[in-house]
Amino acid sequence: MAILLMTVSLVVLLFPIFMKGVGAFVFRETVENRELMLQRFGRGDREEVMADVRETEAARKPVYELMERFEDEMSRADSEFRRKYRSEYREVKELIGELMGPKPGGKEGALIRKRYGKVRMDRALAKLEQILMIETYDYSDTSRMGKKVLKPRRDIFRGTSLEPVFAILRKDINKMMKPGIKFYWRFLFDKSQDAHFFGGIWPEVLGTLYLSIGAMIFAIPFGIVAAIYLAEYAGEGRLTRLIRVSISSLAGVPSIVFGLFGLAFFINTMNFSNSKSVLAGSLTLALLVLPIIIRASEEAIKSVPRGYREAAMSLGGRKWHTIISVVLPAALPGILTSIIVSLGRAAGETAPIIFTAAVSVGKPLAVWQTLSQPTPALPWSVYNLATEHEAVNEIRHVQYGMVLTLVVLVLLLNLTAIIIRKRVSKKLRR
Amino acid sequence: MNEEESNGNKLINTEDFSVFYGRNEAVCGVTMGIRAGMVTAIIGPSGCGKSTFLRSINRMNDLIPGCRVEGKLMIDDQDINIPKVDVVTLRKNVGMVFQKPNPFPKSVFDNVAYGPRIHGVKSRGKLSDIVRNSLQQAALWDEVKDRLDHNALDLSGGQQQRLCIARAIAIKPSILLMDEPASALDPTSTGKIEDLIDDLRGDYTIVIVTHNMQQAARVSDYTAFLYEGELIEYGETGKMFTNPEKKTTEDYITGRFG
Repeated sequence: MAILLMTVSLVVLLFPIFMKGVGAFVFRETVENRELMLQRFGRGDREEVMADVRETEAARKPVYELMERFEDEMSRADSEFRRKYRSEYREVKELIGELMGPKPGGKEGALIRKRYGKVRMDRALAKLEQILMIETYDYSDTSRMGKKVLKPRRDIFRGTSLEPVFAILRKDINKMMKPGIKFYWRFLFDKSQDAHFFGGIWPEVLGTLYLSIGAMIFAIPFGIVAAIYLAEYAGEGRLTRLIRVSISSLAGVPSIVFGLFGLAFFINTMNFSNSKSVLAGSLTLALLVLPIIIRASEEAIKSVPRGYREAAMSLGGRKWHTIISVVLPAALPGILTSIIVSLGRAAGETAPIIFTAAVSVGKPLAVWQTLSQPTPALPWSVYNLATEHEAVNEIRHVQYGMVLTLVVLVLLLNLTAIIIRKRVSKKLRR
Repeated sequence: MNEEESNGNKLINTEDFSVFYGRNEAVCGVTMGIRAGMVTAIIGPSGCGKSTFLRSINRMNDLIPGCRVEGKLMIDDQDINIPKVDVVTLRKNVGMVFQKPNPFPKSVFDNVAYGPRIHGVKSRGKLSDIVRNSLQQAALWDEVKDRLDHNALDLSGGQQQRLCIARAIAIKPSILLMDEPASALDPTSTGKIEDLIDDLRGDYTIVIVTHNMQQAARVSDYTAFLYEGELIEYGETGKMFTNPEKKTTEDYITGRFG
């Protein structure tokens, strides 16, 4: 029941993210996407895709023909005509190229993004709108900011041989792009192509997994050993109190401070890696979550009923044996909870990995490469795509897809925590 | 067991034995001898130090910070409080059953096998034999033989307590300490525990702390009455409950205080 309620409330809260994020997985693809998938990932039926391509090429033919005719008209016209239309036409040509990709038989661009048109129908329609309507600003009222005015581009070319192209584009856009629903679950497992213009987010997902699991590899043993020491051996002295206060305040340190510390200590001082690496990032994240694990595990160990300890001791168990065989298993639900909560925390943290592990573009790493190589990671890439990518609007769906993936990842982790804790505490009847 | 042994052989002897919690003296200068193979009950009002005394026989008080002892407590003429005594060996010889049933959250089998495993029994066959024998001795075998792999916490309170007894005798101690073993149980379960104590008589030297004087009268051969940390009277149960020597004892067992 509690799980259900939590899920529902989270879904309500996260609804906008969910709706936008789903766009990365389910969308209307164009023929360009099918072609891209075939050529770059070898997916799809070659015959079918090529048939689609031929069909759309046929539909696009009138557009290209009109363009050729206009170019012809320009070359024959006087210089005044040329001056009037040259830059206007260049813009149209560029926009159409962006919409439909390079002209068949034309020169292929070096960048992948230049070789294909719009792969998503929503982006294609936005581009179409840009072709049909020209955006200008009306500054006639000087007391206010310029007002955006849309006026048909067709008006510019009225009377020329290019004029009909706009009507054709509007009418036949579906024939030219052949949209269809695409369920792109491989978004999760595909490498990104051309800085996230195409493809998926596997390097980011993998990097996030490496970082958070790596953090756990360091944080769990240290955390549990420290918790055992504090709960069972330390006693109540001034030193113990000092240690406890330190741990608590460590939990309150801003995460960016951990990031800088990680850079200064693990990379610059200890030289674990020459530059950013998953190793350094994991260690930094481990420091970040260590206080959580220590405090929660200590509480869990302390709340193990005294009867268990007494029984084990009375049977002749030594203290460490009692701790390992009776106390730790009984404290397991609490310890597990802290571990999985911190796993979620480590997966979602951005600041500690900026200086220690994260890069904006990278390949998926093999396990042994994590010792020396940096990796892209979801939280950092979300930030990076939103602020520093050259075409933020073009790839919004990737950004939201990453956010959704991260949120689902963390939710799943927390859900697992709840389920494991339930199962274990059921076994312990507590 | 012959007559002489059962009467004369005192397995646990204390001489002027005291236990302190910080400055507070919980047990004051107790001198007594507990006979081997007999059931000895320790009675007395709450806070009289009877549990503390019991727990010092297997040094469970070591766990309590600020607790120290004075005087001598000897088992088999060996003072158990000197440094060279290993508590693990001591506790292997002195089993304990607690007031609240406290089986581990493990299977029935693993509960009973816990002690033997600590003391180095590894083979599954041997462990099975020990578990079976212990459960049979604890009169629990027939009830749990089909669910040895079930969680011990699934058993009823009374079964749990008998399981704890089985767990304690699985390491074959010679002394069994029981700290109000039936006080958390219903009358039927209490009856079963008392029958069990009766069965174990002779094989183990049992020291039982109880609040319940009828219980002490029913199960024990000897009774010690502790009051405010001091041993007031100690003798055969029959005599003590019919004809106590001290006035305080009489007042207590007739229910005038406590």
